[in-house]
Amino acid sequence: MTDGTYTTYERLAGPLDDPAGEAGYDGQHPPRMGFFTDTSVCIGCKACEVACKEWNLVPGDVLDMTGMSYDNTTELGANSWRHVAFIEQSVPVHEDVDLLGSLSAARSDGEGAGSPTPASTTPEEVAGTRGADLGMPGVGPPVTPGAQGALQGDREVRWLMSSDVCKHCTHAACLDVCPTGSLFRTEYGTVVVQEDICNGCGYCVPACPYGVIDQRPDDGRVFKCTLCYDRLGDGLEPACAKACPTNSIQYGQLDELRERAAERVEKLHERGITEARLYGHEPTDGVGGDGAFFLLLDEPEVYGLPPDPVVTTRDLPSMWRSAGAAAVVTAAAVAMAFVGGRR
Amino acid sequence: MSEQHVGGEARRNLRRRGEQAMVPDAEFESYYGRPVIKPPVWKVPDVPAYLYLGGTAGVSSLVGEFAAWTGRPRLRRVGRLAGSVGSLASVGALIHDLGRPERFLNMLRVFKPTSPLSVGTWILSPFSAMASATAVSEVTGLLPVAARISGAASGVLGPAMVTYTAVLLADTAVPAWHEGHRKLPFVFAGSALSSGAAVAMVAVPVGEAGPARRLAAGGAALEIAAVTMLEKRIGLPGQAYKRDRAGKLMRLARACTVAGGLAAPFAGRSRVLSVLAGLSLTAGAVATRFGVFEAGMASARDPQYTVVPQRERLAERAAGEDAG
Ligand code: SF4
Ligand code: SF4
Repeated sequence: MTDGTYTTYERLAGPLDDPAGEAGYDGQHPPRMGFFTDTSVCIGCKACEVACKEWNLVPGDVLDMTGMSYDNTTELGANSWRHVAFIEQSVPVHEDVDLLGSLSAARSDGEGAGSPTPASTTPEEVAGTRGADLGMPGVGPPVTPGAQGALQGDREVRWLMSSDVCKHCTHAACLDVCPTGSLFRTEYGTVVVQEDICNGCGYCVPACPYGVIDQRPDDGRVFKCTLCYDRLGDGLEPACAKACPTNSIQYGQLDELRERAAERVEKLHERGITEARLYGHEPTDGVGGDGAFFLLLDEPEVYGLPPDPVVTTRDLPSMWRSAGAAAVVTAAAVAMAFVGGRR
Repeated sequence: MSEQHVGGEARRNLRRRGEQAMVPDAEFESYYGRPVIKPPVWKVPDVPAYLYLGGTAGVSSLVGEFAAWTGRPRLRRVGRLAGSVGSLASVGALIHDLGRPERFLNMLRVFKPTSPLSVGTWILSPFSAMASATAVSEVTGLLPVAARISGAASGVLGPAMVTYTAVLLADTAVPAWHEGHRKLPFVFAGSALSSGAAVAMVAVPVGEAGPARRLAAGGAALEIAAVTMLEKRIGLPGQAYKRDRAGKLMRLARACTVAGGLAAPFAGRSRVLSVLAGLSLTAGAVATRFGVFEAGMASARDPQYTVVPQRERLAERAAGEDAG
């Protein structure tokens, strides 16, 4: 795996088995950790948003009602490291499917184990979360907990909820473009900002293909999800995953999560939920696969996610070639202007 | 499925905003019309000024060195001074734009080839040091031999000064910049050639400014050609250069650059004409930098520029797979 013989393309954008190894950690480093966010069981309770703010001491924003939905967080940013998207859709009525009941994914609960790799628990424990009343305000007639929708004649309102987060990309544009080395790859393969080095140049902000990282205007530096780097070191799972009551946010070894996600999609397809699809799980995608990937029930852009993200540095060799050619043209133009005439 | 709601609403909003758009907005879905990527937090005028000043300084230094070799003392002096003043002002604009200006030096503690800002800082810093050393000698007359060396060094770095900023913008997820990554360096080269030459046309007597006039005309032509390619050859993101505020700036830039570029070859006849042409080219180059910046911002704020080209890419790939 880590024989250190990656090509330039692989180092910039191609599939990479071991980003931590490629970043220089020795063979003893822990396995790559990540999130699998299964949005089909998200109930929009925002426990993840709150837990993240509490644990990471992220400042609260002044509550501003957007009026567009129950989503008043609106996007990921310097002060929102988890963001629960709410999408209200009118769709033809389809048979109720109990999404929670079909949940085969195991709850990862590594608290106190002292190891960065949490042990898995059984589906029965997960089933305990079924139909939990979280006191969410309803729209229209009573909502069946599993279906997350309300009937209106032959159409029903479907709610999609999804807890978005930094993708901890295999090829992280934010990290690539950072001129100070403030953004770095951890031994878990995640991407973290070192706040004591960041000089607030802001380059990482437009470099991220997912619009995750942002600057705190009053502070000048940039902030984003750390995948609870401090907790991982103590063998704890990230705060959001710990707080999630439906196990929509699952934390674990990335390769295990990928397997689990593949099974989950298959199961949903068997139950007729053909719109279920994974997002960010492919090591062959434009960013070499995400460390935090998702199960979605609609196209990515409906959730505000780019349908085909690419790490911008993939094209860096081509950019410098063009810049080199333009520099040669510049020098040649000046030279010609001097030799080209008498005056 | 979701078109009825999210996508539909987003499209309607966009239509309302884009009433004067030349090309109808494409069909796409989004999350309540919100941006997919984060628009740059870079400030105006800091960053467009940094682009203009750096490019102008790079060409000016090169002009100063060629003038030194070909025995044009007044052109040499102006080129060297403009190289120094421009690059120092460019450094100033860069530092002022940082969220933590006192940590500017953190960029000089590392060299990261994957970061155009790191590479650029390592071009800009030695360039401004060399250009300024040369300018000090030019003004004081001290150490003329050292000035020849530092002048040559700044001349070598000059073309890199002109084009690295294009890579800096292109190496982002901003559609109008990234998709234009092969064209932008030529836009910046043309713009810097004409603006660097313009400084000399304004400040140097016409008798010595012949090379500057030829350069101005050539640079203006390159800029116009490259901008046209940028607008026409990169798909939907090219539209960002034609619409709204960016479109106005780019049209203003074109008018000023064309006027200055056409006048330049005849500006040897009168100092007044030379100054006017120089000012027109300067206005054109400044407007180009602001326009390119603004087009990038607009393309980042509007999700269609991110979503539509990516959807097209996916569709093409799917079609390719079906065919294969
Ligand atoms: S590029 Fe964006 S999504 Fe990827 S690691 Fe950086 S901030 Fe996270
Ligand atoms: S803002 Fe900070 S973290 Fe982002 S690229 Fe600049 S120095 Fe790096």
